[in-house]
Amino acid sequence: MSGFGGFALRRLVGAVVTLFAISVIVYVVFYVTPGNVAQITCGPRCSPAQVQQVAEQLHLGDPLYVRYWHFLEGLVAGQDYSTGTSVQHCSAPCLGLSYQSDQQVTELILAKLPVSLSLVFGSMVLWLILGVGTGVLSAWRRGRLTERLLTGITLAGVATPVFVIGLVLMIVVCGQLQLLPFPQYVDFTDDPEQWAWNLLLPWLSLALIEAAAFARLTRAAMLETLAEDHIRTFRAYGVGERSVIGRHALRGAFAPVIALNANNFGSAVGGAVLTETLFGLPGIGQELVHAVNVVDLPVVVGMVLVIGFFVVVANVVADVLYAVADRRVVLA
Amino acid sequence: MSAPGASGARQFWRRLRTQRAALVAAVVVALLVLVALAAPLLTAIEGQDPTTYHPSLVDSARGGVPIGSFGGVSAEHWLGVEPQTGRDLFARLVYGARVSLGVALAATVVQVVIGVVVGVAAALGNQWVDQLLSRITDVIVAMPLMIMSLALLAIVPSSFPRPVLVALVIGLIAWGNIAKIVRAQTLTLKELDYVSAARLSGWGSWRVARRELLPGIAAPVITYAALLVPTNITVEAALSFLGVGVKPPTPSWGQMLTAADVWYQAAPQYLLLPAGALFVTVLALTVLGDGVRTALDPRAASRLRVGTGRKREAKA
Repeated sequence: MSGFGGFALRRLVGAVVTLFAISVIVYVVFYVTPGNVAQITCGPRCSPAQVQQVAEQLHLGDPLYVRYWHFLEGLVAGQDYSTGTSVQHCSAPCLGLSYQSDQQVTELILAKLPVSLSLVFGSMVLWLILGVGTGVLSAWRRGRLTERLLTGITLAGVATPVFVIGLVLMIVVCGQLQLLPFPQYVDFTDDPEQWAWNLLLPWLSLALIEAAAFARLTRAAMLETLAEDHIRTFRAYGVGERSVIGRHALRGAFAPVIALNANNFGSAVGGAVLTETLFGLPGIGQELVHAVNVVDLPVVVGMVLVIGFFVVVANVVADVLYAVADRRVVLA
Repeated sequence: MSAPGASGARQFWRRLRTQRAALVAAVVVALLVLVALAAPLLTAIEGQDPTTYHPSLVDSARGGVPIGSFGGVSAEHWLGVEPQTGRDLFARLVYGARVSLGVALAATVVQVVIGVVVGVAAALGNQWVDQLLSRITDVIVAMPLMIMSLALLAIVPSSFPRPVLVALVIGLIAWGNIAKIVRAQTLTLKELDYVSAARLSGWGSWRVARRELLPGIAAPVITYAALLVPTNITVEAALSFLGVGVKPPTPSWGQMLTAADVWYQAAPQYLLLPAGALFVTVLALTVLGDGVRTALDPRAASRLRVGTGRKREAKA
């Protein structure tokens, strides 16, 4: 097991390095913009004096690496910001202050995070069940009408953008049939039942699209396993079809499904941004779109880093799970 | 792996032609490209253009609902007019095809060029070059495309033509997987005899890469690029839907959907047309991409077909 511990540790170190590199790239790209950062920050209606003041606040006179160092310091140790008249302490991990509201970016993100986590992880449960279930069913009924139907449906799912299916679901379910009210986020701690009902459509929209990819993968992996020699041996020993499919062939799909889940996590987060915007859920995706529209750089950079953090962590978790699921993986 | 040259291309076409679904998809894609290219011609036949406002065709008393049945469908406006502005929907739809396909293809070209250059350089360079490029590729792969392009589009100067910008941003962020595929394939090819022979006969790295390696990496690159195009279409539509991609007055399918939910009762086609166009385009490109993969790597496809009990291979 020592080999496994070392493997997990190496993956973790690799993840930290990747996160560091992402932070450098994001910071450099966003603060070496072609335009005048102070002007962009302050907005189009700012007077030259105000722009000058913003430039001083942002330490734009300092070289970039000094500013990046300050940013890192803030992340680790916190930082004090003077907002003209008063001094605001931003405790670690400090991602800076919003240009628009002087609110601390970390606080802003923490306030919005529960919404996004509810959306993504609730949806993930759904898409794994739906996707793997559909894949198993198609592999089991291979060559029959059921499989053809499911293949067609999953292909349609792959081809539908998440905001299109969300729009259609919202219009049909909330508008025409009036089965559900238009979603309005309720916090889990306030009312778990309302939380789930209001998230049902956003969960479904995101899950239906993601599930399609998992259904295709599960089917392919199971069919590949079914063609292997050991399955023929099982059959020769009289193992029933249900057991061959449900136990042995499904096992062959475990590792690829885990890998795909990590691989697609980033795009699922992107899908969550669209879902939040479409359904008006006050998560970090909606906040990011808002920050992009008003060019609030500290918020944009902070959000990108936090989302990047989750994606990188998801990949490490998947790598470790993958190694557990598939012992053939060389722990190197 | 297909051999370089004309015989490889002929073999590819023969294998693609045996797949009915891919063939239908190819026809649909060809039609879409034709519509995109002929957009000015088509709108000229209709006698409309995508940007002129027709305030007389919408009922301002009712918030800008198109006047007339089916959202203002008439002999002059084949698919009706846009709510509020009265702009011609047919014109916006066909010009939207230009944006969708143009941005997606341009982004794919950028991704392929960067990916191939980085991948080949990593495989042929010394250990340090390889380490550096591979680590950069890892970081690029780790960045979520939607989030990064959304964020990047916030800071780019707005004076730049927006569709070009969207294509560049998508292309510059999502080349990591191509670079990985190309690096792996080049490393394999490098050890093959004919490449070693070329190197030993004193050819420079550049000449070896161009003459001996590029034909060998073409198949996996084309396969992956074919599947990138529909992804890029979706990303462009999503960015425009969020209001940070292609901006008005330039029409884009994603952007048309931004306000569509408000009008679904008065003008359902305002929702259904761009949604349907996106669906058909992405579906056709995905099916075509699958077909291209099967045609370039028949072994992968027949592996999957084993055990399905179908005998499609017999026809080929």
